[in-house]
Amino acid sequence: MSRPSKTILNDKYSYGFHDSVKPVYSLSRGLSQRVVEEISSLKAEPAWMFKLRLRALEIFKNKPLPTWGADLSSIDFSKICYYVKPSERRESTWAEVPTKIRNTFTKLGIPQAEAKFLAGVGAQYDSEAVYHNLKTEWKKQGVIFLDMDSALREHPDIVKQYLGTVVPLADNKFASLNSAVWSGGSFVYVPRGVRVNIPIQAYFRLNAQNMGQFERTLIIAEEGSFVHYIEGCTAPVYAVDSLHCAVVEIIAKPYSHVRYTTMQNWSTDVYNLVTKRAVAYEGATVEWVDGNFGSKVTMKYPCVIMKERGSRVDVLSLAFAGEGQYQDTGTKVIHLAPDTSSNIVSKSISRGGRASYRGLLKVASQALNVKSKIKCDALLLDEKSRSDTYPTIQINASDAQIEHEATVSKVGEEQLFYLRSRGLSENEALSMIVSGFIEPVAKELPMEYAVELNRLIRLEVDGSVG
Amino acid sequence: MLHLLEIRNLHVKVGDKVIIKGLNLIIKPGETHALMGPNGSGKSTLSAVLAGHPSYKITVGLLRYLGKNIIKLAPEKRAGKGLFLAFQYPQSIPGLSVEEFLRTAYNAQAEIKKNKKLNVLEFRQLLEQAMAGLKFKIEFLSRSVNDGFSGGEKKRLEILQLAIFKPKLAILDEIDSGLDVDALKLVAQSVKRLVTAKMAVVVITHHQRILHYLKPTKVHVIMNGKIVKSGGRELIAKVERSGYEQFIS
Repeated sequence: MSRPSKTILNDKYSYGFHDSVKPVYSLSRGLSQRVVEEISSLKAEPAWMFKLRLRALEIFKNKPLPTWGADLSSIDFSKICYYVKPSERRESTWAEVPTKIRNTFTKLGIPQAEAKFLAGVGAQYDSEAVYHNLKTEWKKQGVIFLDMDSALREHPDIVKQYLGTVVPLADNKFASLNSAVWSGGSFVYVPRGVRVNIPIQAYFRLNAQNMGQFERTLIIAEEGSFVHYIEGCTAPVYAVDSLHCAVVEIIAKPYSHVRYTTMQNWSTDVYNLVTKRAVAYEGATVEWVDGNFGSKVTMKYPCVIMKERGSRVDVLSLAFAGEGQYQDTGTKVIHLAPDTSSNIVSKSISRGGRASYRGLLKVASQALNVKSKIKCDALLLDEKSRSDTYPTIQINASDAQIEHEATVSKVGEEQLFYLRSRGLSENEALSMIVSGFIEPVAKELPMEYAVELNRLIRLEVDGSVG
Repeated sequence: MLHLLEIRNLHVKVGDKVIIKGLNLIIKPGETHALMGPNGSGKSTLSAVLAGHPSYKITVGLLRYLGKNIIKLAPEKRAGKGLFLAFQYPQSIPGLSVEEFLRTAYNAQAEIKKNKKLNVLEFRQLLEQAMAGLKFKIEFLSRSVNDGFSGGEKKRLEILQLAIFKPKLAILDEIDSGLDVDALKLVAQSVKRLVTAKMAVVVITHHQRILHYLKPTKVHVIMNGKIVKSGGRELIAKVERSGYEQFIS
């Protein structure tokens, strides 16, 4: 189990957190050139990064809010605190843990049986041990795994070479905002031919390093390398000012294989507006597993650009829209080269909320022999829930093989009755139906994540654990 | 002998429609009852009511199981007290494996029955024993419950549950429908093998064939929400010969 959860188990939300609220250093609220200057100078950044931030800030100011998807008009950019000094941030944010997340962790952590269970998993999957063992092995082979701030200090050339190449500053308003004020995030560099066979897990490290709400992640897999990067889960990841704008850029060089897994649970007042994108070169494989829980609004469209021949993409995504939540998610795949293929499975569950699939499939005219399969399944748990599918398909090549399938199902009374007639309570029955629905996603996750995902589902479905 | 199931003057509504209109039935441990009747006569409604389907409302009447009124008892509690319904149309649960489903259900019932819960390995043993004779391949256990199953596979999974849950009262709702001759024989013989001396069985069917295997002790004809005729096995032949119309009074 994850490091953060263990800490929580041990500390049981000791009141100490409450006493250490005051951030030692935080910028005044609102966004201005001065704020950007301060962020940059506090980090002692190179001049090029500072200029990049300023350019991004200008673009951000001039770009209108998107007019599609969720209503974002109530975000007040002048009320947001764009920078909290990292070394203090963890404590301050712990004290500000919203009640719902606190309850989640309390529920996850308190029962003794759960504690035992977690310890058992922890003994087998001790993240820390894995981390330390790997660390030397990685280093020897030239793998770099740092937070972005350190990466910028220690490897400025690599960062400069790649940052903003996959998600340009002007990509969208929130990518511009991130580029202007980013802080934290992960940097992963895997040299040619190196295969990192154990997943690189970002959550505990990010916790220690204080993950920001404008984190910037850059993953570079050189030719023939392999890496599996995981982040999120129910780690204490949540925004201070209810706006989370991350940017993730992934570069999969020829014949590399990158798997990116993220499983996030946000506090229900957060606007989660992130831009995540990968570029796949010749023969490269990008696999994406993306889970979204919580938040008030999530707008997230993982995108993979298949730039060269023979690249391949697999995307599995899952969104859960609870009471009053709006999950607007989808996958964008862009086939620019021949013999490329994409396979997308998108699952959404709505319970009192709204889940939309907004996907894009684009096949360029020169991209011959493209195969793409898109499957969107929505599961509605009650009458209030809503699900929409907005697929955009643009095919400019003559011979693309495209499959698109969308299903919406409601948990039926007959299904529930069938399970109840076998001895399961109504909530148990509902949990089993939902767990079954997300099984294609859960089975792609490392064991401890799958366990946690199922527990999250149970929490969402019946408010209990185990 | 104590009545296992006692139904008196039962009236049942679904929405605004009254489907069961004054039905009486007494079942004792060890008995096998056949319930025959045309489509729409209330057979499946009766089975759903017995299992506790929330959409079916009992407006008048008495429903006792093991001597207790179960009208308000939740379906899962009835299951825990040994009442089992083999569905005519078993529901599919995509992504939920047969094995996990059966183990979870077994342990949920074990909790109600205050029996020992079984861990993964213990349950697997029980399952493999129960599967013998039902012609299941072991891969069957990792398939999603009833998802993409053939008609025969669905019915055999119901029978497998009969074998695992070992109920006191088993209601088999058209367990013979949609089966070819060989599959029917397998299902019928499996049921016969699984019925213990104390177990009571209600076989709901249109056809006599399964009754040749199961040899009911009592046969009832249900029409328009009521039992219009009860008797021994001679009734089966009578239905077969002249249909149900003869019983309209």
